[in-house]
Amino acid sequence: MSLKLELLTPELSLLIFALLVILLDLGIKQKKVLAGVSILGLLVSGGFVLTLWGRESASAFNGMFLVDPFALFFKLLFLIAAGLVILASQDYVSKFARFQGEYYALILISAIGMMLLATTGELISIYIALELSSISLYILTGFLKDPKSSEAGLKYLLLGAVASATLLYGMALVFGLTGKTRLTEIAQAIQTIPLTTLLDSPALLLGIILLACGFGFKIACVPFQMWVPDVYEGAPTPITAYLSVASKAAGFAVIARFFYTTFGVPDWLSLNWGILFASLSAITMTLGNVIAIAQTNIKRMLGYSSIAQAGYLMVGLAAVGVASMADTLGRSGLLFFLASYTLTNLGAFIAIIAISNKIDSDLIDDYTGMGSRAPLLALGLTLCLISLIGLPPTAGLIAKIYIFNAGVHYGLLWLVVIGVINSCISAYYYLGVVKVMWLGAPVSEEKVPSSWALRIVLALTCLGVLVLGIIPGKFVQIAETAVRIFTS
Amino acid sequence: MSVSLEHYLILSALLFCIGLYGALSRRNTIVILMSIEIMLNAVNVALVAFSRYIVPLVLTGQVFALFVMVVAAAEVAVGLAIIIALYRSRETVDVEQADLMKG
Repeated sequence: MSLKLELLTPELSLLIFALLVILLDLGIKQKKVLAGVSILGLLVSGGFVLTLWGRESASAFNGMFLVDPFALFFKLLFLIAAGLVILASQDYVSKFARFQGEYYALILISAIGMMLLATTGELISIYIALELSSISLYILTGFLKDPKSSEAGLKYLLLGAVASATLLYGMALVFGLTGKTRLTEIAQAIQTIPLTTLLDSPALLLGIILLACGFGFKIACVPFQMWVPDVYEGAPTPITAYLSVASKAAGFAVIARFFYTTFGVPDWLSLNWGILFASLSAITMTLGNVIAIAQTNIKRMLGYSSIAQAGYLMVGLAAVGVASMADTLGRSGLLFFLASYTLTNLGAFIAIIAISNKIDSDLIDDYTGMGSRAPLLALGLTLCLISLIGLPPTAGLIAKIYIFNAGVHYGLLWLVVIGVINSCISAYYYLGVVKVMWLGAPVSEEKVPSSWALRIVLALTCLGVLVLGIIPGKFVQIAETAVRIFTS
Repeated sequence: MSVSLEHYLILSALLFCIGLYGALSRRNTIVILMSIEIMLNAVNVALVAFSRYIVPLVLTGQVFALFVMVVAAAEVAVGLAIIIALYRSRETVDVEQADLMKG
């Protein structure tokens, strides 16, 4: 048996660069180099991902490590998110007296964890990958070591550890029921168990519920959302951006693969978790949107908004569950929404990083008159907020149409109605920020300067949001190719 | 009376519930970390018992338990580091007093 190491090149190269960053940090005085090396690592890793794209799906290590278009799509998404976050961190990190190398290295290592999470098809490696990304993120959350940041890190760690223990208990039950740890083998084992035995023993249903709890923490769906606002507020803002997009996308990647591969057949089982996610989705988006209205801190507001967005994304998960195995609409909708959400939310956070770095405040009231103090940043933020509502001409609109279309197609009309009502509610608080920025009288006449790195990153994300919104055809195709997979 | 799989599973479920109760109800962060360890060890008991009784010829469950222990150790190390950072700035390890952010 060959090791097929070429399948692991994206992760291995990124790991080498992460270690290199730590080593270089010891000897280099010019810390900007470290960000450059990290970006280089992401580019190299991305290059390897592209060489694997378009090949036959393959697996290594006895089916633990699956390389299929689905995994590669997510790997690219994580690499892009990590790259944008590192570029956006530069101003922020250059204020640190020490540990700049560790900051970049931890971002890379958590990216490796997320890439592994999207690519594994086996219980033990799913757990390891999940913890690899989570533990790095706990450290990054508490990185500033001021009271707020430490408090955020502690809350994230304690709740995250409880969630992963719950997840493990679910995994243990599924393992006990089937005696297997590979997802495809678990699926086969479940199909061989007679229906009456399966219905009599609560182990499988309890396992599914516990697994949904554990993964639900990662994507921050209700009732596992209570950590979000505090952690988002306390963490360094670039890390908040990273948490809100990459970590969430990793959660959705693993849920989609896990539940679809393992519990996709028989149909009644798939319907069960489909409905579970549908009801969680309705509660999640309503709660996120309603509480977001009352927020005065923009990072907290985006925290609740990201909970609401997780609710919309779960419409896709529910569609995957309710649909029969062969249908791909729900899955491709999920992928397209995640891509659009990643760009949009990163864009919004980058604008906030640029502004709050200078005015030293996250309060929405302090954004008054930003339209005249920093027109470009305000324009970028406005575009991203419009995309989060789902108005034309942005990516958010196409993504919402796509994912709601999947919902309607599989008979989840009630959920889609709730989703549309929620989008209207969300317009209130997103547009509130836009109104304050453009119509309010500026607190001071002083301009808000921003660095070139931030401007370029913001321009890139805004361009992405517009391109996905105006000519989505090509990207829809990519999303559709990416889900025609699941080598099962 | 011989010890069967059910006994191990009942032990595991009890340990898990005790750990969960501790994690949710205690205020001292160190005790919460200990409760989380109890939850993880409950999982280990279940894994090893399943492995022994369901698939006695392969050691998947035992290997899984080893991995869980290693990861748990890493998690606790990070957890204690963050608690120390919090203690240095706030002079407390009580979660009720870690309340700078609310709402």
